Amino acid sequence: MVSINYYLGLAIILFTIGALGVLIRRNAIIIFMSIELMLNAANLVFVAYARYWHAMSGQIFVFFIMTVAAAEVAIGLALIVAIFRSKASIDVDQINTLKG
Amino acid sequence: MALNAANTGGFFYLVPFVVFFPVIGLLINMILGGKMGEKAVGAVACLASGLSFMVAVLLGVALIGRPEGLTVPYLDWISIGNLQLNWAFQVDTLSVTMMLVVGGVGTLIHIYAVGYMHDDVRHNGDPKRFRRFFVYFNLFIAAMMVLVSANNYIMLFVGWEGVGLCSYLLIGFWYEKGKDGIGNSLAGKKAFITNRIGDFGFLIASFLMFKYFQPLAAKGIFTYTFDSVARIAPQVAPAVILAITLFLLLGVTGKSAQLPLYVWLPDAMAGPTPVSALIHAATMVTAGVYLIARSHALYSLVPTAQNWVSMVGAVTALFAATIALAQFDIKKVLAYSTISQLGFMVAAVGMGAYVAGMFHLVMHAFFKALLFLSAGSVIQGIERGEHHVEHDPNLRKRMKNETHFDPQDMRNMGGLRHKMKTTFWVYIIGALALAGIVPLAGFWSKDEILTKASELNPTIVWILIAAAFLTSFYMGRQVFMVFFGKSRSEPATHANESPAIMTIPLIILALLSVTGGFINFPIFHTFTTWLEHTFTAGVESLAGREVIAETFNFSIAILSTVVAVSAITLAWYFYIRRVKDLEGMPLNKRADDPLRPILGPVFTLLENKYWVDEFYGYVVVKPFIWVSKFLADKVDWAFWHDFFHDKVLVRSFNAVTRFLAGSIDLGIIDGIANFLGDGFKELAAQMRKLQTGFVRNYALSIFIGVIFIIGYLIIRLG
Repeated sequence: MVSINYYLGLAIILFTIGALGVLIRRNAIIIFMSIELMLNAANLVFVAYARYWHAMSGQIFVFFIMTVAAAEVAIGLALIVAIFRSKASIDVDQINTLKG
Repeated sequence: MALNAANTGGFFYLVPFVVFFPVIGLLINMILGGKMGEKAVGAVACLASGLSFMVAVLLGVALIGRPEGLTVPYLDWISIGNLQLNWAFQVDTLSVTMMLVVGGVGTLIHIYAVGYMHDDVRHNGDPKRFRRFFVYFNLFIAAMMVLVSANNYIMLFVGWEGVGLCSYLLIGFWYEKGKDGIGNSLAGKKAFITNRIGDFGFLIASFLMFKYFQPLAAKGIFTYTFDSVARIAPQVAPAVILAITLFLLLGVTGKSAQLPLYVWLPDAMAGPTPVSALIHAATMVTAGVYLIARSHALYSLVPTAQNWVSMVGAVTALFAATIALAQFDIKKVLAYSTISQLGFMVAAVGMGAYVAGMFHLVMHAFFKALLFLSAGSVIQGIERGEHHVEHDPNLRKRMKNETHFDPQDMRNMGGLRHKMKTTFWVYIIGALALAGIVPLAGFWSKDEILTKASELNPTIVWILIAAAFLTSFYMGRQVFMVFFGKSRSEPATHANESPAIMTIPLIILALLSVTGGFINFPIFHTFTTWLEHTFTAGVESLAGREVIAETFNFSIAILSTVVAVSAITLAWYFYIRRVKDLEGMPLNKRADDPLRPILGPVFTLLENKYWVDEFYGYVVVKPFIWVSKFLADKVDWAFWHDFFHDKVLVRSFNAVTRFLAGSIDLGIIDGIANFLGDGFKELAAQMRKLQTGFVRNYALSIFIGVIFIIGYLIIRLG
């Protein structure tokens, strides 16, 4: 089979891209997409090791992560809609009223 | 059951009651007197004084059985180091003699005063003050009894001060009256201050006694008792004893009104007449004579001091008698007469003739109290006449618009023997007794003094005889001016006799003046024997010095009688014969006194009392007031208050406060607090910068934190 390192490498690359996206991009929806990307990178690692070690628990855990991701997206998008309603923009740089 | 030493000895222990009965009387009058009426207040006061006298009589009875007397201890007063002062009562013949005089004459004067003050408080317009008079009067009796019953010098001084206080209170009794509305208060103040100068002498003598007698006292503890002083005195240097006796003499000149401190007694006549009678004739002023008699042990050791005392006494006797010649106020004549007679007494005890001096003290108490009380009766008679005239429109017209009618001025009296018969007769008796006409009281006592003087100190005899001549003259003058001749003013024409409550004590005193002399009748010498027990008790140096064998000196007796009779005849010549010549003229043309044309400027000198008061005022009082004003205005106010207090103290204090408040409190302490506060604010300001409100910064910090944690975990656990 293909060595596990390639799966891990792919997961790392995906996670890094997601992290950078969260840090760099200004559009809130793009940040959410980046967060999804990070979550999916973690999923990939779980599934890769489940296959490698023949343990079903890893694949079960992916279900949990996906559920959480879905719920999180629901709430997050609701938040974005609320923000847009008050600020007419989803640029996170403009959400700075908590500046002390 | 016969009275003898065995069963009368118990009476000695009653002695505290001579002091306490008057105290109880005054307390009852003070506390309950407002609710009792005048009669009850007077009765309580007289009863208190009378009971005190009864106790003195019982003490006398006890002394007959045990003549050397007894010391009755009462309480321990001061006990500090080498000083032990106790209040103990000395019951011996000398002190009981004084107690009898004070109690007896005092009670008679109390009874008289009830009647006198009843009129006086109404004449002066304050009936409520009746009670206060008797409180003070009883207080006086109590203080005088403390004085005469004391067994040591300091307790005597307590009584001495007490009677001085009562004298002040009673002289200034009508404190809002007198010349310019403060005359009486000023007289009281003068009495107190002059007495105080005498007290200074007494105190210095006491301090000297302590310093020199205490090391020689038993166990080194000095008790000031007369016995211990008499015992220690011979061992002390004579110079010290001389100093002590001379300082005591200063005290005596203050209290007994001798030169130079006699000036308060004439002014003291401002008080009501019973006060003059009791305090300034019979009792308080005799305290000085009593003191010298008590200190006989000291005086016998220093003949120099004895000379001084007798000279002071004799010169005062003559000096005061000359002034009395020219006085017009009836009480002032008697006041100067008292000073003169006290001079006789002081001269007598100064020479060492203690019995003669005490004898004259007792006799003088009788007839001088009689004279003062009768004078009070005369004055009130004139006041009643004045009252009668004021309220009768016909008579008022005849009063010729005199500016101020003085009821005490003898020039306004005359012819009173018809209007006030009882007063007249008792006054004659008193005057003859004072002049020394046999067989009245004054003759025996004055004669004894003159006899002793001729034996012990001949220079003084002539001074005293001159004084006796003048005494008879001015008493004759007074009697003739007041009672004989024609009445010289309307109130005198309408005077009337005083009530019985006043005349009965007068009659009793008159009887005593007639019969009193016989207590020391020449052959029996009862009084001498009685007193000798005290003067020779336990003092070996005096044993036999004044033993009885005095013979009656006929030549002195005849000389003094001739002197007295010739003086009275001379007074009759001037004041009856001569004055008749003047009576025809109107009031403003006739000289007021037949002596004035004869003596001329001398008369004015005498009338103005040798200007001694003015002299004292100029030499003593004025500089003193100047110094007081200087100290008060310049030193106390200008320097201490205005400069030192306001400028120095207040300013420096304010400067310190300002420094502490401003520089330290605000500056340093607030500075520290503010510094801390500002520090925290700066810290917060810096920390606030973390909160950019910038979401991506927060995300970055989370990311970096995660990297650190994972890195740490990997390195530690990897």
